[in-house]
Amino acid sequence: MTDQSIFLSASKPRHDSDAATRRALDDLRRVGRLRPAELLFWGAALASFLVLPGSHLLLSQTAILGLFALSLDLIIGYAGIVSLGHGAFFGLGAYTAGIVSVRLTEEPLSGLVLGGLVAALAGALTGPLLTMRATDLSRLMVTLGIATLLHEGANQLTWLTGGADGLSGVTVAPILGLFEFDLIGTTGYGYCLIVSFVLFLAARRVVTSPYGLSLRAIRDNALRARAMGIPVAARLVGIYAFSAFIAGVAGALLTQVTMFTSLDVLGFERSADVLLVLVLGGVGYLYGGLIGAVLFTVLQDRLATLSPQYWQFWIGLILVVIVLIGRDRLAAVPVRLRAGLSGRKAAAGEGEA
Amino acid sequence: MIPILIDGIAYGMLLFVLASGLAVTLGLMNFINLAHGAFAMAGGYVTSVLMNSHGVPFLVTLPVAFVVPALVGAVLERTLYAPLYERSHLDHVLFSIGLTFMAVSATTWAMGSQQQLISLPGWLEGRFALFGIAIGRYRAFLIVVCAALVVALQLVLTRTRFGSRLRAAVDDRRVARGLGIRVETIFAATFAVGSGLGGLGGALGVPMLGLDPTFPLKYMVYFLIVVTIGGTAGLAGPFLAALIIGVADVAGKYYLPELGSFLITLLMIVLLVLRPQGLIARAR
Repeated sequence: MTDQSIFLSASKPRHDSDAATRRALDDLRRVGRLRPAELLFWGAALASFLVLPGSHLLLSQTAILGLFALSLDLIIGYAGIVSLGHGAFFGLGAYTAGIVSVRLTEEPLSGLVLGGLVAALAGALTGPLLTMRATDLSRLMVTLGIATLLHEGANQLTWLTGGADGLSGVTVAPILGLFEFDLIGTTGYGYCLIVSFVLFLAARRVVTSPYGLSLRAIRDNALRARAMGIPVAARLVGIYAFSAFIAGVAGALLTQVTMFTSLDVLGFERSADVLLVLVLGGVGYLYGGLIGAVLFTVLQDRLATLSPQYWQFWIGLILVVIVLIGRDRLAAVPVRLRAGLSGRKAAAGEGEA
Repeated sequence: MIPILIDGIAYGMLLFVLASGLAVTLGLMNFINLAHGAFAMAGGYVTSVLMNSHGVPFLVTLPVAFVVPALVGAVLERTLYAPLYERSHLDHVLFSIGLTFMAVSATTWAMGSQQQLISLPGWLEGRFALFGIAIGRYRAFLIVVCAALVVALQLVLTRTRFGSRLRAAVDDRRVARGLGIRVETIFAATFAVGSGLGGLGGALGVPMLGLDPTFPLKYMVYFLIVVTIGGTAGLAGPFLAALIIGVADVAGKYYLPELGSFLITLLMIVLLVLRPQGLIARAR
């Protein structure tokens, strides 16, 4: 977890600061390069599109969940903000896309972008509440509270949201006027994949920039970061809004792919599930959310056939076991495996950056 | 107006008893235990099962509703919670959410998902008039019982040797250990009592809050609100917060029913933004 932020916090002599800056930038550039394993991951995603045409509906859900978990990783893994109400932004995006489709235009991209923007605006407005003297606990409660408010709001504004019945009548025109949404979800999955990939690249660019480095400095020690002249509050609000944007887009994708949205996009269970997804995949290296989404979907599928009513029990059990074993110990397993396989010492921080 | 106030106070007192265990684990031991509601639910089910299947009188079930969750709490604290005290808050959240999900599912499996109903003894039903104001008997009963518990808790915490040891252990674990205080035992006992109080609150709350397997999730926010707004300095803050929330919630639901839980959540956010450490913060 300490990784590159060492460069920022190390007590270097003053005349060395240029060299340190250069080293930090070099390091960022090195981390910023796409690695073979990453190409493999996205190659596999593309292959799933071609090889598994029968599961496109399920795969779309997985991609959306992955994107949502990725947005959560940005604030938990990189900025250290623990949130219990990230579903608020997902739900905002989902409802915005739905309302845009019902009232404004059926063109999908505008709904997608508007969904993201509305969520980002909400993130930018509520972000400052999380920075002022906030503790982990008050952050948890404020994020949870905001999600509860939105849930209540969507429930009450029946004329706009359809209330408890959900928002129906969502129709989506072909993407770019070319690709029509089909019943088996092929267009939908392609759409989800492309959007996820683009946003992933954006998120990756952000976290491997000096901006991302300063976020990790804040996460590791906010006081010290402030003393170094990092504008802590502005940085936290910035990443919070960006994360909200991605969550909003994920929500908008869900509405457009399923052509429906209902109150459960704003429910507590969704915020809790996405935490589990992220933890399953591992926090703080962007792929955690995506890998976690795949694991979660497989698990959900298996557990639901095992005991449809009680799969939440197993989800809970998995969470408890993961925490008891220790997340960092689990995260070390792949690194150790790779080290064992290749016979060389894998750098401890490599799996995280 | 006054009946609503009394309703609100009864509700607030009940909330305090429910949340006092959380106030201790969260406030004093710094563990974010989202599963606290599960212990409360256990107490509720103990009372409901004993009354409905075994015909045990309501008052007799109450001590059992305290003891069973307390024992469960003690066992879980020693085996699962204690190793996690030093971990990050994210770990606390994940662990206790997981535990809550398990409790909800397991209860649905064992008891079914329907509401549990109990019939109160006759002397607790209906209303009586006091200075011309009609007061629900059960509300009055709740106020008396909970007030007694509050006083007892406060006395234990401030006047007994156990209380001073607990406060010492919380202030500085290492020094307390060095003084020969058995910190682990004290924490386990405190956790057990907290869980027991939650269970007692759950049992007392059955006629007022209802009881079904989703109870821990439904009321989780309320418990957390009480503690976060109240602050972690002691029990006075959470008590004050519980009363404010109880009255505000009952009044809100009476005068502005269309707002639902909007008011209370908004109140929480505003209070937390203004005072992140709660109403009564620890002097540092």
